[in-house]
Amino acid sequence: MKLVNFGIIILFGLLLIYASAGLPNRGDADAVLNREKSPAGSQNAAAYYIRKSYEDAHTPNMVTAILADYRSYDTLGEETVIMTAGLVCFLLLRKRRKDNED
Amino acid sequence: MKINEDNPITTLVSSVVAPFIMLFGLYIVFHGHYSPGGGFQGGTMLAASIIIIRLALGSDIGQLQFPSRLGTPLGSLGVLIYFSTGLTAMFFGGRFLDYSFLPVAHTPSHQRSLGILFVEIGVGLAVMAILVAIYDDLLGEESDD
Repeated sequence: MKLVNFGIIILFGLLLIYASAGLPNRGDADAVLNREKSPAGSQNAAAYYIRKSYEDAHTPNMVTAILADYRSYDTLGEETVIMTAGLVCFLLLRKRRKDNED
Repeated sequence: MKINEDNPITTLVSSVVAPFIMLFGLYIVFHGHYSPGGGFQGGTMLAASIIIIRLALGSDIGQLQFPSRLGTPLGSLGVLIYFSTGLTAMFFGGRFLDYSFLPVAHTPSHQRSLGILFVEIGVGLAVMAILVAIYDDLLGEESDD
């Protein structure tokens, strides 16, 4: 059984290495991701961000422009998740400590 | 708790290093809309500079620097800053979180740049306060208030 598990892991590793050989090179202008239009004919979001983010938000930091401007709903949700985690830690841990004291 | 031994090396190193970490964290938060950085990274560095003091000098001195009862309110204030930025844009005629309607600058692109800055300040405040609050809660130590 252990040998089978080991074989499966090796097999998946080989599969990943084989698949990584088919990825496009970094910064390849002809890759599907970096093209102006997707194969279906619609405009790619990445090309729009690269071209317009400085004009729109006046910041050379494209990552921040996407994170806090174009996708600001997402970041608001992330921050709410962090606050909820803090509140849950507060409620769970403080409550139990008080019960022990009484 | 164990008795906090006064080790001169940890005391000296942490008290010298912590202000610089805090300064760098502030730089990352406030310059994050223009150079690499942002609220999450800067908030984590600010929390690290507070926690290093608590680890090295003990919780009593750490409480003077940042009382643990401030943790959750400041985290909520950070989320509130983010939310009120969006609501202000809504109030001045735009959509929710559409920074180009904020009444802070003249051209829409500068307004959006400043809107990103406000949002990053909120994120940094919330991340810092919540990380310190989680550290305090896990430690289970509490000041007597």
